[in-house]
Amino acid sequence: MTDRPIEPVSIDVREVLKGVGDDLMQQSVTLHSYLVTRPTGRAVRMAIETQLPGAGHLSLSVIDFSEVMLIDFSCADEVVAKLLQQYLADEPPDAFFIFRGVHEAQWDQILTVLDRQSLAAVVERDAGVFELVGVSSEDESRVWGQLEERGVVDSEEIKTLFDAREDRQALSSLFSRGLAFRNPSSGSVHALSRLVRHLL
Amino acid sequence: MSGRRWPFPHFAQRGEVLNVIAVPTSLDHQTIDAFLDEATNRSGERLLFDARHLRWVDPDGMVSLLLAGTVAGRGGSGVPLLELPESPDVAGYLARMAFHEAAADVFEYEAPARRVKGGGSDVLLEITRIQTNADIHRVVDRVQGRAGTILSTKLGYPPTSAVPFAVILSEVCQNIIEHAEGPGWVAAQSYNWAKRLGRFVVVISVMDCGRGFRGSLMGEHSARYGDRWSDATALEAAFLHGLTRFPDSGRGQGIQQMRKQVRKWKGLISARSGSARIAQVPEWDDSPPLVDGLAPLPGAQISIVLPAKGADDS
Repeated sequence: MTDRPIEPVSIDVREVLKGVGDDLMQQSVTLHSYLVTRPTGRAVRMAIETQLPGAGHLSLSVIDFSEVMLIDFSCADEVVAKLLQQYLADEPPDAFFIFRGVHEAQWDQILTVLDRQSLAAVVERDAGVFELVGVSSEDESRVWGQLEERGVVDSEEIKTLFDAREDRQALSSLFSRGLAFRNPSSGSVHALSRLVRHLL
Repeated sequence: MSGRRWPFPHFAQRGEVLNVIAVPTSLDHQTIDAFLDEATNRSGERLLFDARHLRWVDPDGMVSLLLAGTVAGRGGSGVPLLELPESPDVAGYLARMAFHEAAADVFEYEAPARRVKGGGSDVLLEITRIQTNADIHRVVDRVQGRAGTILSTKLGYPPTSAVPFAVILSEVCQNIIEHAEGPGWVAAQSYNWAKRLGRFVVVISVMDCGRGFRGSLMGEHSARYGDRWSDATALEAAFLHGLTRFPDSGRGQGIQQMRKQVRKWKGLISARSGSARIAQVPEWDDSPPLVDGLAPLPGAQISIVLPAKGADDS
């Protein structure tokens, strides 16, 4: 047993791609680092979804892109935007995601699809450095930054740390957008990055 | 034919009427529309494409030749004939670009006895048939190995530009599969446009003979255009506004992102579908942004020209 309120899992996108690649590419191409074409992206997203617990169970997944050399816009839409959208439909969301190892060759494509769908995500670009990327309000960004700095805020502290009305609204929005985690039993608030630190 | 020598060395005179289309001496993005128009307008005839005098051809030209042959072949008058270029340089280049591998399915012609294998270090992407997603994976893999070097040495782009280049290729090829719902071809090559631009360029050409932009968008979007619905409005809808037949808002990014990247590189991108062509035109080119009233060519054709960085470019 750990004292973590949620047990995160790490999903290596390249490994997932390998698994779906043989079917898609009729075993004739060993291209397991290129995440291109919408059917490939869709297959990868669905394979990721099968690794997540079903509805009603909390989950936090680190989607690791570090071994993916290239991603096109169609795949970024499927593997990032649609994956997030799928789970944001639940209120409150029960699946949380961090995108890890996002490098220069993927950056523009991932930002583009997030912007287009008005989504935001927590991304680790440089090792150990987490960013809130995509579409977020100034208040959301500020409150997310404070939470990221603190790591965890317990239920008592929340009122003092986020005392302004706009802070509370922003925090609530971060929960509903899957960008911060509230422990259902203790009421404490966690930065997603803090919950996955032991995996990195 | 009395008193006149039969001009086609590879085809004996037959007991049928052969109608000749003279392939222009230069076949590239500036001349393909007239050529494709003629092939489209005469697609019911038994055609012979006379390319003997072809002196210059780029990916747009080569893929147009395949498209024209396919259109002619669908006209119901039999497989079209092709007389290959006489110029050894052009003939050799066609072979290196794997033209014959594709042309064998389109034309009746006498292929060179000694076949040069397609590819080679100077070829960016030989003519590749796109029919399935696996074909796109292969295209991306192939250009990843070559694009970085060619884009940096010939165009002066940073070595990292191989990534957006491969992304463009992936998106443009997906266009064939998703919107045309039929096979197509892609090819890319670099050239020294010494006279025209004083720089190297990379030309990418993608074509298919599917249902075109108008056919793809008709069910979802034609009603709102009413009487204005045409090849030109369908092209505007897809090219300028990113409309697709899918209700999903994540769709339609491909062309928009291609346009954005091509603009960054100060390149030219144009798309022809049916009787219209639309273009995003850089300073160095004088193509019109929209041309209408062309022949009703089946399918779609997308052409991209990326110029080398100039001295003033940052």
